[in-house]
Amino acid sequence: MSVKTINLTLQIWRQPRPDAPGRLETYKAENIPTSASFLEMLDIVNERLTMAGIEPIAFDHDCREGICGMCGSVVNGRPHGPEKETTLCQLHMRHFKDGDTLVIEPFRARAFPVVKDLVVDRSALDKIIAAGGFISVNTGQAPEANSLPVPKDKADLAMDAAACIGCGACVAACPNAAAFLFTGAKISQLALLPQGRPEAARRVLSMLAQMDALGFGNCTNHRECEMECPKGISISNIARLNREFNKAAFLSREKIPA
Amino acid sequence: MQLDAKIPAGPLEAKWDKHRFDLKLVNPANKRKFDIIVVGTGLAGGSASASLAELGYNVKTFCIQDSPRRAHSIAAQGGINAAKNYPNDGDSIWRLFYDTIKGGDFRAREGNVYRLAQVSNLIIDHCVAQGIPFAREYGGLLANRSFGGAQVSRTFYARGQTGQQLLLGAYGALMRQVAAGRVTMFPRREMLDLVVVNGQARGIVVRNLITGKMERHLAHAVVLATGGYGNVFYLSTNGMACNVTATWRAYKRGAGFANPCFTQIHPTCIPVHGDYQSKLTLMSESLRNDGRVWVPKKPGDTRPPEQIPEEERDYYLERMYPSFGNLAPRDISSRAAKLMCDQGKGVGPTGRAVYLDFADAIKRLGKAEIEARYGNLFQMYEKITAQNPYETPMMIYPASHYTMGGLWVDYNLMSTIPGLFVLGEANFSDHGANRLGASALMQGLSDGYFIIPYTMGGYLAGTSIPAITTDHEAFRESEEYARKRTESLLKIKGKRTVTDFHRELGSIMWEYCGMSRTDAGLTKARKLVADLRAEFWENVTVPGGDQDLNQSLENAGRVADFLEFADIMILDALARRESCGCHFNEAFQTEDHEALRDDENMCHVAVWEYAGEGKDPIFHKEPLVFENVKLVTRSYK
Repeated sequence: MSVKTINLTLQIWRQPRPDAPGRLETYKAENIPTSASFLEMLDIVNERLTMAGIEPIAFDHDCREGICGMCGSVVNGRPHGPEKETTLCQLHMRHFKDGDTLVIEPFRARAFPVVKDLVVDRSALDKIIAAGGFISVNTGQAPEANSLPVPKDKADLAMDAAACIGCGACVAACPNAAAFLFTGAKISQLALLPQGRPEAARRVLSMLAQMDALGFGNCTNHRECEMECPKGISISNIARLNREFNKAAFLSREKIPA
Repeated sequence: MQLDAKIPAGPLEAKWDKHRFDLKLVNPANKRKFDIIVVGTGLAGGSASASLAELGYNVKTFCIQDSPRRAHSIAAQGGINAAKNYPNDGDSIWRLFYDTIKGGDFRAREGNVYRLAQVSNLIIDHCVAQGIPFAREYGGLLANRSFGGAQVSRTFYARGQTGQQLLLGAYGALMRQVAAGRVTMFPRREMLDLVVVNGQARGIVVRNLITGKMERHLAHAVVLATGGYGNVFYLSTNGMACNVTATWRAYKRGAGFANPCFTQIHPTCIPVHGDYQSKLTLMSESLRNDGRVWVPKKPGDTRPPEQIPEEERDYYLERMYPSFGNLAPRDISSRAAKLMCDQGKGVGPTGRAVYLDFADAIKRLGKAEIEARYGNLFQMYEKITAQNPYETPMMIYPASHYTMGGLWVDYNLMSTIPGLFVLGEANFSDHGANRLGASALMQGLSDGYFIIPYTMGGYLAGTSIPAITTDHEAFRESEEYARKRTESLLKIKGKRTVTDFHRELGSIMWEYCGMSRTDAGLTKARKLVADLRAEFWENVTVPGGDQDLNQSLENAGRVADFLEFADIMILDALARRESCGCHFNEAFQTEDHEALRDDENMCHVAVWEYAGEGKDPIFHKEPLVFENVKLVTRSYK
């Protein structure tokens, strides 16, 4: 079978350590099959760098089917590259033209320090979840699954929000480096379901306080998070977060954490 | 090596209840005095960590990714089985048990599988309480669909992302315990050795993947939930980081490895399209509910699918297995696809693909309904292949997906090393020679939420575990071993990349130890793998150093272990003188190419014991005793 290939110029952020300065290095990426994924293109470049005695480019990745949320870089200014609702691993080289120059940088945000090259530390997102992104049920406590009906439209909306893969593209896309879409998605999922209501007030107050403490910015309705989200998470989840916050702040007995 | 499965006596239905009563308990105030290490944060490791911490144990949890939420359970698509019988279609615990035993071609333990079926309903209850957005009917109650190998609808699902949703549920529970201070989370750590002191598993040595530092971690018991070894084939549906290292190191410290040749090749994956390819993508088995599998009747027919008239198409699964049709189990469907392609009827540019066609379903149900059921899968297919499956049939081919083999465990999920427990895909226990669809999620969560919390207590309460520190000689020796191995990989500075070796290993294993095996091929493969292993240690090149994030080095260690592990996989395939489930030796088949079991001589678990560097492993058998089901020829006709 004949394989269509293209030649590209890559400008890639290289940074050896978190505390070392980084810079854009230029590499030629020649004869890249257009049916390869973006990460497979990086694999090809890395194999060539290895054989040339140059340390390969570090980048995070794992499932390569768009669900684990491990991959992600900024390609020509856009997190996960130019295709709508597509993670970097699902972006294929057929979307680029022969001769293109691609500038590839790590996700940038105060809360995501660079570890090496394109790898950043996103553990701040885990800390937001630890602050309340769950329903407090111990193993063994659950009632029979069908004892509490959930309206189908609510379950579907909850699923839309739950599709978040925690990649952090929303933070990288936001001019304020806010994590409202990520946090709003989890708050919405659990607020929409009857099982999540008992803790709703406590959850939203605690998660938002944690988000602030970790150095994420505030939401000023730029909507770039929604534009770049590889899973199409809607900013209506941010509206629901705000509504949950107002309800909790004014109507519940939960205290806003200091 | 003693293989005592410790299956409780008594009727099948009462075994687990009786066993839970017989297990010793740890007093609530004493639980906090015990430290437990859990390696891996997929469905099994995540749920075990959370549940053990909820009980009050001190848990230290490790994962190789940047966050516990990335574990590869997240990629499971189709669903999770349970015997709820909500559709009123004749399901029961007994039927789920029987389907699973039969689906595994009668090579799993009755006691374990029955317990799995019993626990299945509790899993659904718990996951719903956690806020997992399962699919629902308009009345607000849970929806079900059917899956391969079953004639009832018992699969619960969250669109095509069931694994993701279940994992995020377990991850939420885990993070709740992190916040409560009961779990300490160690991300970006890779386990490089198991530490065994006085015959008991007492800790692990891990490499911090960011700093390169070796770390020693001590506990009263160790739980491995590190997944399967499907990446031995290089191309598989597994995540790139999935590896055999943790279980392989445990094997070298004395844990028996069971049935390594039982590897599942999933029938519906996107076919291979180039040699630069890094992984294969699964298209969920749930698609076979509505998709029809076919090839052209005439070999070498290169017409595009829309130009092949109905009467010139062979819907071969419907023809060969009329009662299960397109929902025939995975091993059978995979071999049938291979058979069609071997006969020259394969389609696509390589001839190694068959069609999965939705035209009839779209006509019957409308495009909107198909989109609601499988939208995200169709979208994923189009992203990868640039073809629109609403208009032209999908092309699919089998790929390595899951491994039924794993570390041997008893009914308590404890390996042959006291204090070392193994959960989920990493153990061998419940799926026999072939796993049915939607059963992996069930097993992972069953092990983690509902079994280990009981059996761990039984071990800790009934065992004398001396106080030691990480200065113990065994820790020093394990760390030294891990450090030396890492350093020697960096020193070789040869001429081939790690990936290049991995790709070659994969092609050997796929060719000779894949869907169809022969004695001659396996013997040849053993030699090829040995030669490749020797070359690896002379000619691999690993750039960079060991004091920072070095992904080439991580990968080199994993491939080095796969190169060793491949040998027992081949040996196991040679030793199993029958065909059963996913293991198909061409010498043992019926006239119509179905697997031919030998229940007289081969009704056992094959367990391999490490005998030292350069020596063949020692072979042991655990006989399988069937008191409740009759061994029959597995037929889906």
